[in-house]
Amino acid sequence: MLITLVVVSLCLYLSFQLISGDPATRMLGTSATPERLAALRQELGLDQPVLLQYVRWLGAFVTGDLGTSYVYHQPVTELLSSKIIVTLSLALLSFVFMCIIAFPVGIYTAKHAGSVLDRIVLVVNQVIMAIPPFFSGIIISWVFGMILHLFAPGGYISYTKSIPQFVGYLVFPAIAIALPRAAQAARLIRGSILEEASKNYTRTAYSRGNSTNGVLFNHVLKHAFLPVLTFMGMSLGNMLAGSLVVERVFNIPGISNTLLTSIGNRDYPVVLAAVMWIASIIIIINFLVDVLYRVIDPRTAEE
Amino acid sequence: MTNVRELTSQAPTNLPERSSSSPHILASPEEVAANEIVLEVKDLCIEFHDHKLPERVVENFNLVLHKGEIMGIVGESGSGKSMSALAIAGLLNRKTISKSGQILFEDKDFLNCDRRCLRKYQGDEISIIFQEPMTSLNPLHRIGRQVEESLRIHHPRLSKARRYELAIYTMRAVGLPEPEKVYRMYPHELSGGMRQRAMIAAAMIGDPKILIADEPTTALDVTIQAQIIDLLKEINVSQGTAILFISHDLSLVEQLCHRVIVMQQGKIIETGITHDVFTNPQEAYTKALIDAIPKVEL
Repeated sequence: MLITLVVVSLCLYLSFQLISGDPATRMLGTSATPERLAALRQELGLDQPVLLQYVRWLGAFVTGDLGTSYVYHQPVTELLSSKIIVTLSLALLSFVFMCIIAFPVGIYTAKHAGSVLDRIVLVVNQVIMAIPPFFSGIIISWVFGMILHLFAPGGYISYTKSIPQFVGYLVFPAIAIALPRAAQAARLIRGSILEEASKNYTRTAYSRGNSTNGVLFNHVLKHAFLPVLTFMGMSLGNMLAGSLVVERVFNIPGISNTLLTSIGNRDYPVVLAAVMWIASIIIIINFLVDVLYRVIDPRTAEE
Repeated sequence: MTNVRELTSQAPTNLPERSSSSPHILASPEEVAANEIVLEVKDLCIEFHDHKLPERVVENFNLVLHKGEIMGIVGESGSGKSMSALAIAGLLNRKTISKSGQILFEDKDFLNCDRRCLRKYQGDEISIIFQEPMTSLNPLHRIGRQVEESLRIHHPRLSKARRYELAIYTMRAVGLPEPEKVYRMYPHELSGGMRQRAMIAAAMIGDPKILIADEPTTALDVTIQAQIIDLLKEINVSQGTAILFISHDLSLVEQLCHRVIVMQQGKIIETGITHDVFTNPQEAYTKALIDAIPKVEL
């Protein structure tokens, strides 16, 4: 796990060398004199070899020092912690919505596979899957914000001011993020249940006098959940790391928004910290998925 | 130099202690025929409608099963023997299958009553065990939970302690060693023979009147096969359970069954007391099947 983080940060460091523009020019503007630029580079340590810079950064990172933002002249930890709370809230809310939508729809359509409603849901699912979140975000802003006035588009309220209003504002962007994922998950759940339902142990379960619901909820669902679990983990990771477009559309000061601005500013300490945060979160989620797998399936625990 | 024949005639030392003098002596076919009837199947027909033309997989299947009787159904793959068994167990519910006839148990017709009514009997009065004990058990549930399941469904008021007690008792009765330990294990931790014993325990816990055994030994090796057959005999003798034994292995049917039904292409072509059918087969197909039993000459 730690090796992954080191590799990610090293790749990132090297990739900074590939992109054009440097922080000093960015900070001082194109009219700055070469002397001033050189002085600033020296101050930031940018005149030193890349690997040395990297080792220094890594050394500081291990002790918990993420450095100072070039642009905001503020410690990175301080700068990002508030953004992380926002992104975390948004991602968790999206995840909850995804589960709330996907499970009932997936289970229902599997139970009534082939029915008229199942076919309608299948078509609607296809459509929703094809809609990118930025588009559904705009539609949601327009319908719920401009027409129904349920929230004020662009009127983000910080959690430091009011937590209910903060969550209230996040509901709609969360739906925009959750919808395409929920459509995929519902389809996956449906397919997974139908596959499990054809297995021998379900026949045994019926032979003991179980009702359809008894077989579905006591036997099939646990199996059917296994492939879904992997997808859920990936989705949560994506929601945490890649809600960029939605953060932009709804003007939410989350981590993706900050990451994009910082890349534009060549604010490397912030970029590094944000990417490390995202990478750690994804590693932790994968780990949790593995642990859950073992809890659910005793066969994997043995290996 | 040691003769090959001498080596093979020696009994392997690792075999469990059971011999031809099995303690479970079956009642004679005439005795069981005098018992009350527990199951009667009349003119059972099963058709598949998966393709444009309906396929008739079972045609005019008739059967009378008495209390304490072991009935064998033999035939090659696709002869309709398993389909008939699944229909009797109430497990053919696909919409693309049409069934006609009657399956009479007590005063109920399993084929023409609704699922809710059928469910009351499944796992309680009529149980089934299958060919593949690995895939037939739920791999994510502990053995104990699966053994107890039909009690949970049919006797929901039974206390947890009593259920446990019955499960342990049944598991011990079907020859599972250390039942308290096996109770906590998962199917993948058991050998094939033990899995099938666990399946039998789950089927027998409600003391059913009928046990359907659909090729229960096909996936097991020969020594385990003999143990399972002996266990079925024991269940039949001690509990008086009627057994419907489906197999393509005629030598097993000969050892175990009072009467036998021979099926070919969905139809019953011959039926009678096992001994009579085996010594004096009426149909050429039956004769061919019997001749196909490998003979071991020592």
